[in-house]
Amino acid sequence: MHVPDGFFTAPVAIGAGVVAVAGVAVALRRAKTELDDRTAPMAGLVAAFIFAVQMLNFPIAAGTSGHLLGGALAAILVGPYTAVLCVSVVLLVQGFFFADGGLTALGINIVLMAIIPSAVGWGIFQLVTRVARNRAAVIAGSFVAALISVPIAALTFAVLFTIGGTAPIEAGAVFAAMGGVHVLVGIGEGLITAVTVSSVLAVRPDLVYGARFLTKPLVLKTAAGEQVVEPARPETTPKPVRPFLIGGGIVALLLAGVVSFFASSSPDGLERVAEDEGFLGAATDHSFGGFFLADYGDVGGIPVGVAGIIGVAITLLVGGAILWAVRQKNAA
Amino acid sequence: MKGLYRPGDSPIHRLAPQCKLLAVVLFAVVVVATPRERFLAFLLYALSLAVVVLLARIPPGYVLKRLAVELPFVLFAVAIPFIGMGERVEVLGVPLSVAGLWASWNILAKATLGVAASIVLAATTEPRALLLGAQRLRVPQLLIQIATFMLRYLEVILDEMRRMRVARESRGFAARDFRQAPVLAKSAGAMFIRSYERGERVHLAMLSRGYTGVMPALADGRAPKAQWAMAAVLPVVASAVLFVS
Repeated sequence: MHVPDGFFTAPVAIGAGVVAVAGVAVALRRAKTELDDRTAPMAGLVAAFIFAVQMLNFPIAAGTSGHLLGGALAAILVGPYTAVLCVSVVLLVQGFFFADGGLTALGINIVLMAIIPSAVGWGIFQLVTRVARNRAAVIAGSFVAALISVPIAALTFAVLFTIGGTAPIEAGAVFAAMGGVHVLVGIGEGLITAVTVSSVLAVRPDLVYGARFLTKPLVLKTAAGEQVVEPARPETTPKPVRPFLIGGGIVALLLAGVVSFFASSSPDGLERVAEDEGFLGAATDHSFGGFFLADYGDVGGIPVGVAGIIGVAITLLVGGAILWAVRQKNAA
Repeated sequence: MKGLYRPGDSPIHRLAPQCKLLAVVLFAVVVVATPRERFLAFLLYALSLAVVVLLARIPPGYVLKRLAVELPFVLFAVAIPFIGMGERVEVLGVPLSVAGLWASWNILAKATLGVAASIVLAATTEPRALLLGAQRLRVPQLLIQIATFMLRYLEVILDEMRRMRVARESRGFAARDFRQAPVLAKSAGAMFIRSYERGERVHLAMLSRGYTGVMPALADGRAPKAQWAMAAVLPVVASAVLFVS
């Protein structure tokens, strides 16, 4: 189930589109370090796998069934950057070839279903497998990573919805409904992800990207004694991503700061109708009314553009913390 | 899993894929940017899309049937007036939120037009041609290649999944409740290994045929100006409607 056209206001759709393009661009560069020149065929096949696994229906109870979302699973099996690419391609193909999900909502769908589950899932998986480095930790990490990635994506949807949803539903209700349902969905996702990862570990442990530390080096026992063979690492020099990241951050800040001024200088459709019909005063403020970023306006004396910039800064901080954790892990 | 493509030989089918792709995306953007109070504009969008469907000689029933994709969101949209906030209005004795009704109309109109436009695009363009079109619009090579491989092997992987299901069910397996999920998850694991190993074989086969990381371009495939002009009609008409109405 994908977000269709017209579900979010244009500024939110455009903002998410910019984030999605930046995320996919970073993933394109970094996936080559995960897969080198095998990227295209391998990621293509994994994307086909994700598409297929989303069609595999799991029974829940009494005739209802759900399906795997697969973002965290892909990140653990093939690495976070390749996972972002695979799930994004699945969403693009669904949008353009199967007319599933709005074309203008592609950015939102990619952020919600590809970037966030992969990044959150991989980050949590790294935290768990750092505590203990064995097979049980890999399986437990898969469970927790998938379990948490789903409600986080759902809450991001709720946040986007309160910023730029087109339906007048109380923010608290959206958060409660999305969060509550998706904790349950997340438990199912976690169980299935953990069993899937453990069954791959049992047959081809070398294929699980997140469990590479489990493979023991090859030891040749010769007459001269034992010789440890280092696995051949692909000779790739990762291109610098730092300038790219900084550029992307500046673009996001500019958009949030400048575009939100334009976006809010004229009342949006709902406010317009509300004014015309004269019921703006009757509308009750939502539960975050007193919160200083609420309404992206002057509640706490903070002008619109600054509120947008604060939002982007918080997002960047959280994203940066996850990236930093991953980096430290890779360096170790 | 059959795509939406319907082979045919109409002016719309013959249009270069990159022109159609850009036209449909621009059309969707114009539709989403339209304020929801302009009922006339939405009617004109639907009419212009209907003209394209006629030109492409797609049976209207084909498009209508495929619109079922958006059904889950239609259910949500129908629920909004009941749970929405704000002033209420009595419709047949049921109090409905006025703002909710507007939101519901907004989502239904825009989502339906958007899905219909994508259906027309997918129905008149061969998947491979659509990818070539995206490539000529400067979508990154690597992304195009991944999508090409995905589409090429999707059928194969889905067939593998089907065979595994037949194997499970011929051994008496029936998925009743969540306790059977581990069996399915193990199938998913096996499917991943098979997909990954197939990817390795495909990669080696490509290397032995001289693959260097870039697919050779077989034709230039630049679209003549007339085709761009023809494809531009739909988004231009749509934006004219947006500004005039």
